[in-house]
Amino acid sequence: MSAISREEVSHLAMLARIDLQPDELDRLAAQLDVILDAVATVTQVAGEDVPATSHPMPLTNVTRPDEPRPCLTQEEALSGAPAAEAGRFRVPRILEED
Amino acid sequence: MTVTDTTEAVLAYDDVVAAYDPVLGLEVHVELNTATKMFCGCPTGFGAEPNTQVCPVCLGLPGALPVLNARGLESAIRIGLALNCEIATWCRFARKNYFYPDMPKNFQTSQYDEPIAFNGFLDVELDDGSTFRVEIERAHMEEDTGKSTHVGGSTGRIHGADHSLVDYNRAGIPLIEIVTKPVEGAGERAPEIARAYVSALRDLLRALGVSDVRMEQGSLRCDANLSLRAKVPGTAPGSAEQRAVPLGTRSETKNVNSLRSVERAVRYEMTRHAARLAAGLRIVQETRHWHEDTGITTSGREKSDAEDYRYFPEPDLVPMSPDPAWVDELRGTLPEPPPQRRRRLQADWGFADLEMRDLVNAGAVELVEATVAAGAAPAAARKWWSGELARRANADGVELAAMPVTPAQVAALQGLVDAGTLTDSLARQVLEGVLAGEGEPADVVESRGLRVVSDDGALGAAVDQAIADNPDVADKVRSGKVAAVGALVGAVMKQMRGQADAAKVKALLTERLAPADSTTDVTTS
Amino acid sequence: MTGTTLPADLTRATAAGLAQALAAREVSAVEVAQAHLDRIAAVDGTRDADGVATGKAVHAFLHVCAENALADAKAVDDARAAGQTLPVLAGVPIAVKDVMATRGLPTTCGSRILQGWVPPYDATVVANIRAARMVVLGKTNMDEFAMGSSTEHSAYGPTRNPWDLDRIPGGSGGGSAASLAAFETPLATGTDTGGSIRQPASVTGTVGVKPTYGAVSRYGLVALASSLDQAGPCARTVLDTALLHQVMAGHDPMDSTSLTGEYPDVVAAARAGATGSLDGVTVGVVRELSGDGYQAGVLRRFEESLAVLTEAGAKVVEVSCPSFAVALAAYYLILPSEASSNLAKFDAMRYGLRVEPGGVAAPTAEQVMGATRAAGFGDEVKRRIILGTYALSSGYYDAYYGSAQKVRTLIQRDFAAAFGQADVLVSPTSPTTAFPLGDKLENPLAMYLQDVATIPANLAGVPGMSLPSGLADEDGLPVGLQILAPAGADDRLYRVGGALEAILTARWGGSVLDRVPDLSAALATAANGATR
Repeated sequence: MSAISREEVSHLAMLARIDLQPDELDRLAAQLDVILDAVATVTQVAGEDVPATSHPMPLTNVTRPDEPRPCLTQEEALSGAPAAEAGRFRVPRILEED
Repeated sequence: MTVTDTTEAVLAYDDVVAAYDPVLGLEVHVELNTATKMFCGCPTGFGAEPNTQVCPVCLGLPGALPVLNARGLESAIRIGLALNCEIATWCRFARKNYFYPDMPKNFQTSQYDEPIAFNGFLDVELDDGSTFRVEIERAHMEEDTGKSTHVGGSTGRIHGADHSLVDYNRAGIPLIEIVTKPVEGAGERAPEIARAYVSALRDLLRALGVSDVRMEQGSLRCDANLSLRAKVPGTAPGSAEQRAVPLGTRSETKNVNSLRSVERAVRYEMTRHAARLAAGLRIVQETRHWHEDTGITTSGREKSDAEDYRYFPEPDLVPMSPDPAWVDELRGTLPEPPPQRRRRLQADWGFADLEMRDLVNAGAVELVEATVAAGAAPAAARKWWSGELARRANADGVELAAMPVTPAQVAALQGLVDAGTLTDSLARQVLEGVLAGEGEPADVVESRGLRVVSDDGALGAAVDQAIADNPDVADKVRSGKVAAVGALVGAVMKQMRGQADAAKVKALLTERLAPADSTTDVTTS
Repeated sequence: MTGTTLPADLTRATAAGLAQALAAREVSAVEVAQAHLDRIAAVDGTRDADGVATGKAVHAFLHVCAENALADAKAVDDARAAGQTLPVLAGVPIAVKDVMATRGLPTTCGSRILQGWVPPYDATVVANIRAARMVVLGKTNMDEFAMGSSTEHSAYGPTRNPWDLDRIPGGSGGGSAASLAAFETPLATGTDTGGSIRQPASVTGTVGVKPTYGAVSRYGLVALASSLDQAGPCARTVLDTALLHQVMAGHDPMDSTSLTGEYPDVVAAARAGATGSLDGVTVGVVRELSGDGYQAGVLRRFEESLAVLTEAGAKVVEVSCPSFAVALAAYYLILPSEASSNLAKFDAMRYGLRVEPGGVAAPTAEQVMGATRAAGFGDEVKRRIILGTYALSSGYYDAYYGSAQKVRTLIQRDFAAAFGQADVLVSPTSPTTAFPLGDKLENPLAMYLQDVATIPANLAGVPGMSLPSGLADEDGLPVGLQILAPAGADDRLYRVGGALEAILTARWGGSVLDRVPDLSAALATAANGATR
């Protein structure tokens, strides 16, 4: 695996919404390089025929009945909010429509 | 970010279809009408106080975990089956990771490369009675997001807003996303086909009973993808030569929230794309926003390589492996396909094609069916729903089904007409009372005193008055001009404010004004 | 006041002993709670207004809820006085790891980003504890979002090891383990994603169990890596651990991955083990989990434990699990990947910290998210989020995350083969004894190696226990033995662990923790040092 660049770390930080400082970018790029080098061994051990395991236990079809359960009150829902207004979470302006 | 609120150049539609072959892609999100959300037990009702239908799960509180709604899975499978899809024997949910304030966990629990249903089709009937097959790529389960209100700024829109307020009541409501394969061969009928597809899908979902399918409330939402490619001269739109031409760059138009808008938006995008291509400009792969009022789209978010959703299998939900026997059982619960059902009803009711199409377009087939089931004659039921009620719904700007009158009430109203208790015009007044919430038709008849008067005493007085008021006319009748009696009937009806039994009035007048020689003793009995 | 079954110092009692005395009303729950609160006040140290540890003390607790504890204890006493029959552990104190949502009590996960957050709901585990009428003393310190093996990554300062205040207590559940070793509580909860229950138990001379994945509900545990996380009990004896295990475990319809069906009787297994006989039990020694990289004293105690197991009647065989060699690598791809997604919810919109970026007039939501996450997360958390974001990104998914998931399959197969030859597997829990604070902070990989022996169990979902196997000759610090059992056979851990504990304590003439240095002396020295 090729080394991870500072620019790549910067892009990842954007995806992860963490404003990393320039010195953090440098440090992380170096550390990730070492870590990725160490974990690269996983790419060599399992063949095509080995299935991937996403869940440790082989459970399937776990559902719940379509029956209402108690909700939080509006007060409880907003209790941790950094800001609230008119029963809603007040958030900074949103730049782009999704 | 680029925001272009200016109207872009467009090309005349005839010129567009002469030079280009449109390819559609339609993504429909439908909110299921389950009692609870997809992954938690919060109710799904529309219009509750903000943030009162939330819990740790749909609010994305630290530590909360999802559990799949059994009914949501069942509805997804039934939709898949109704769309002639294969049902996955094993599939999982995935996380779609991106940050957005109305998404509580900053990932959407969705399905990625393992949809519950895939490879289907929907046959769509067009206005001319022909059928167009739209191939279905997939139908998968996911969850809705919360709703943001943008505060400050002049328009209340997102741009220029000072801050936003978020209500998570909608977050976690079950959604099924239905994605078509590229729709090729539509040619100049692309806008009509887009509308007809969404309409057919809406009918199907309504017949399945899995959703309210109210486009105006957002329970059915359509995103329309469109691209143009050069038309191969001298070939049909769906020809092999035409299909061999690579697809053009597409735009994705969001927020298309009525059937009419689907057609208009596709048509607009065709003319916009064509104008750019004709001018040698490239098409930007982007999200476009549809504006119902101005009938244009504006540029939204550019789809860039920076977008990387980092999908991976959702570890908090276990795989789904629907038992084939259960799937077969669900297949048995599918309703008759709406087009087939319409043909059957049309034959049963004896309606002409045009009459039936009007009913379909008005969304009145189920209403008429229920009215007939409640005892009304088909023609009478049709008359009410595509006449008086359609007119009033249109005037009020609401869907026919949302009018505050039930098919049973319409049938009861017609029953009063059939029994002679009401005339047609009285019946319309009674309907007005029902719509105003005054109760059942019989109650309104009583409270408004709208019953047809056939009592000879009351009628006799009015008849005598009419004769006295119109001596000339009376003489004409007496002298044998029987047709002139109509004017006197009208006078009586006017006096009785329309509540008189017209046949009886006519009989009384005829008796009173009979030629003198034939007069015997006239008694009223 | 206390009866014959209890030591004079109530904090030295076992949970089982306290439970018995409380049921017999030889002691009141208020007295028990007060004794532990007094001990906490004496040894745990203080925190500043921001919750950061000040001075040299154990600092096992991030939050102590003395009033609630005494009120809960009084309610238990009142119920008993009214003649009610209460659950076994009613009135027994417990410390709760700060990763578990507690209604009305702060829950920070050792992170600045959740400072001041008070959940409006209880984790199922916490609800189970409350239903058992246990007395919650407070919330224990941990590496931020359970990422670490030393608690040095807590935003509120490290917890110190009661065996030596200059050493780490393990992590991420160092607070829970230290609170037990410091006799601040007889029971504590933990979560174990790669060893966060077992490694702290190992380096503090306590007992900890990671149950089978799905045996304890994850609902309300702030997720690190969803497919690896499992909550479990921490205590000072095998029986106490089993008693708490019984309270915590059980099917929960709020957790899709919760196991259904019969749960084994771990308390009965612990009692059976205490007879000291392991006739008919085959113990497999995992060849890949000892040798190079393991401290000499750790290996010596391990060999000794094997001899004891043989003495007890067990047959000891060697098994090989070759794919364990890449378990650590797979783990450090799967964990960051899942964590990068799980931790996305901390975005300053709905709860927790909100930081506005400097020099921006009217910041957007996006900018506030970026600034808050930069300020609210520590270095290790950022490192793993970025690593996970990388491993999941489109160009690398198959090579990294996909390959790691395949390794998971290979590890499950290795376990299946090994359990075909042996009823349980054993290894040292941790390759070393407690290392000095700061020793591995600058070298993430060295820190990650602490979990080399515990990680395979998380990848496969099988249960594991760590219990004391003595003190290392070279440094006099505790060494842990790890026992692993097949999924669903958690009782085997208690049977084998119970036997080993019975024989070793008989041999030592008491528990390992009887030899933990007197903390008041250490604290006095620390205080003198501080004033110097």
